[in-house]
Amino acid sequence: MSEDIEIETRNLSLWYGDKQALKNIDMKIPEEKVTAIIGPSGCGKSTLIRCFNRMNDIIEICRVKGNILIDGKDIYDKTMDVVELRKNVGMVFQKPNPFPKSIYENIAYATRIHGIKNKKKLNEIVEKCLKQAFLWDEVKDRLDGSARSLSGGQQQRLCIARALAIEPKIILMDEPCSALDPIATAKIEELIRYLSEKYTVVIVTHNMQQAARVSDYTAYMYIGEVIEFGKTKQIFENPSEENTENYITGRFG
Amino acid sequence: MKWKTIKEHIIYSLLRLSGLFIVCTLAILLFYILSGGIGKISWEFLTNFPTNGMMSGGIFPMILGTLSLMTLTMLIALPLGIFSAIYLVEYAKPGRFTNAIRLAVHNLAGVPSIVYGLVGLGLFVVFLGLGLSLVSAALTLAIMVLPIIIASSQEALRAVPQNIREGALALGSTKWETTCHHVLPYALPGMLTGSILALSRAAGETAPIIMTGAAFYMTHLPSSIFDEFMALPYSIYTLATQSSNAEATRPTVFGAILVLLLIVLCMNLVAIIVRNYYRRKYRW
Repeated sequence: MSEDIEIETRNLSLWYGDKQALKNIDMKIPEEKVTAIIGPSGCGKSTLIRCFNRMNDIIEICRVKGNILIDGKDIYDKTMDVVELRKNVGMVFQKPNPFPKSIYENIAYATRIHGIKNKKKLNEIVEKCLKQAFLWDEVKDRLDGSARSLSGGQQQRLCIARALAIEPKIILMDEPCSALDPIATAKIEELIRYLSEKYTVVIVTHNMQQAARVSDYTAYMYIGEVIEFGKTKQIFENPSEENTENYITGRFG
Repeated sequence: MKWKTIKEHIIYSLLRLSGLFIVCTLAILLFYILSGGIGKISWEFLTNFPTNGMMSGGIFPMILGTLSLMTLTMLIALPLGIFSAIYLVEYAKPGRFTNAIRLAVHNLAGVPSIVYGLVGLGLFVVFLGLGLSLVSAALTLAIMVLPIIIASSQEALRAVPQNIREGALALGSTKWETTCHHVLPYALPGMLTGSILALSRAAGETAPIIMTGAAFYMTHLPSSIFDEFMALPYSIYTLATQSSNAEATRPTVFGAILVLLLIVLCMNLVAIIVRNYYRRKYRW
C-alpha cells in the first residue's frame, strides 16, 4: 500500500474474561480512505472497531494485549489521554443515539465540552456540521426541535454531524445502517463517500454489497482473526483465501 | 355450561373482587376520616396553637413540625441517596466492597422503623449529643428512607439506555461529564418520584421520631433545628390514646389525620407532576 497509514494494529489480541475475541491482529488502515470490516456475526468486527477509540474500556472484563498506533502514538499506552483520543477518533453507533435534547444542542454539546462556548462560533459549527452531514436543509427551520422527533435516518445523520463537531481525523462507524431503510441507507452511504475526502472512515458492516459500494479497502474477519485485508475490488473479485471467497459468495454467513 | 367456562367465570370474579376490595378500603377510610375531620378544618385550626390540653385550638405547631422535619429529612437523604446510587450504578466495579454496599441497602430496607428509632436515639441523640431535636429525628428518618431512595434511584439510572452513555463518552466526555450532563438529568424524574414517595411514607412515621425528638406537648415553636418539636403523627397517637377526655379530643384527632393525609397527598401529587413534566421533556 502506498498511502499514509492512519491506524496500525500490532499483534492485537483481546479477551472478554476467558474468551478470546481478537487474535493477533496486524492491520494497517490507510489515511483518508474508507475501510470496511466485514465478516459473519460474532467474528469480532465491532470489538475491533471499538478498540480504536478505546470504547472497550467501559467493559470491566475486557483485556487488551498488543499495540494500536494512531498517528504513530500507541493509544493503549499509559500516558494516553482517552478524552483526547476520542476527540480525535469519532464514533457513530449501530442504533442512532442522539441525546434527548434539541437538534442544535446535540451538536453544540459536543463542541462545548471541548471548550468552545462562544455562541456565534457554536452557531457556525452547528450549521457547518449539519451541512456536512447533508442534514441542514431538512432541519434548518427546527433546530430547537427535539432530536428524537427526527426519522431514524435523520437521527443517524445527526449523530454523524455530532461526531464531526469535535473535528476528528478518524470516524468509526459500527453498522451505521443496520437500523435504517434502504433510502436512508443510500443517503448515509453517499455521505460516507463524501466524508472520505477529508476523514479516515472505518466502517463495520453486515452488508457485503454496502462494503463493496462504499469502501476502498476491506478487511474480512472470521472468529477473531483478520483473514484477508486488501483493496475492496481485489477482496471481492479475486480473494486469495478460500474462507473469504466462501463468505463473499454467500456460501455461509 | 361447560366446567371450563364456569371455572373461567369464578376466577374472573375472584380477581375482580380483589380489585374491588382495595377500592372499598380506600373509600371507607376516606369517608371515615372526612366525615370526622372535615368539620374541624378551618383557618384557625391550621394556624393556631392548641389550647385547653389540646382539646381545642389549632394544630399549627404540629403542621410546622412535620413540614420542617420532612424538609430537613429530604435535604439529608436526597443527596446522599442519589450520590450512592450514582456510585453503585455508574462507578462501582464489581467486587466485595460493592457487594457489601448492595447487601447493606437491601437489608436496611427491611429493618422495622422502631429499630431505626432506637438507633437514632443511641447514635444521634446520645452518642453524637444532638439531643432530642429536629435534626436527630431528621437524621433518623433520613437513614430510614435512604435504602428506598437508593433503590429507586438505581432503578432510574439503569433505565437510561447504555447507548446514551456511549454516545457521550465517544464524543470525549469524561465519565463525570457523561453522568452529570446526560445520565443524571434523564434519570432525575424517576429518582425524584421514588424519593418523594419514600419521604411521604416517612412523613407518617411515629416510632422513630418519638425516640429522637418529637415532643408530647410544647407551648412554643422549635427555636432551631436543635430544639424538640411537635409532629402530626405523634400528636395523633397521643390524642387518640392518652387523652383524658376522648370524646372532646376526637374532632381534633380527625382534623389532624386529615391534614396529615393532605400533606402526604400533596407530596405524591408533586411526584406525579414532576414525572409527567420530565417524561414529556425527555422522550426516548
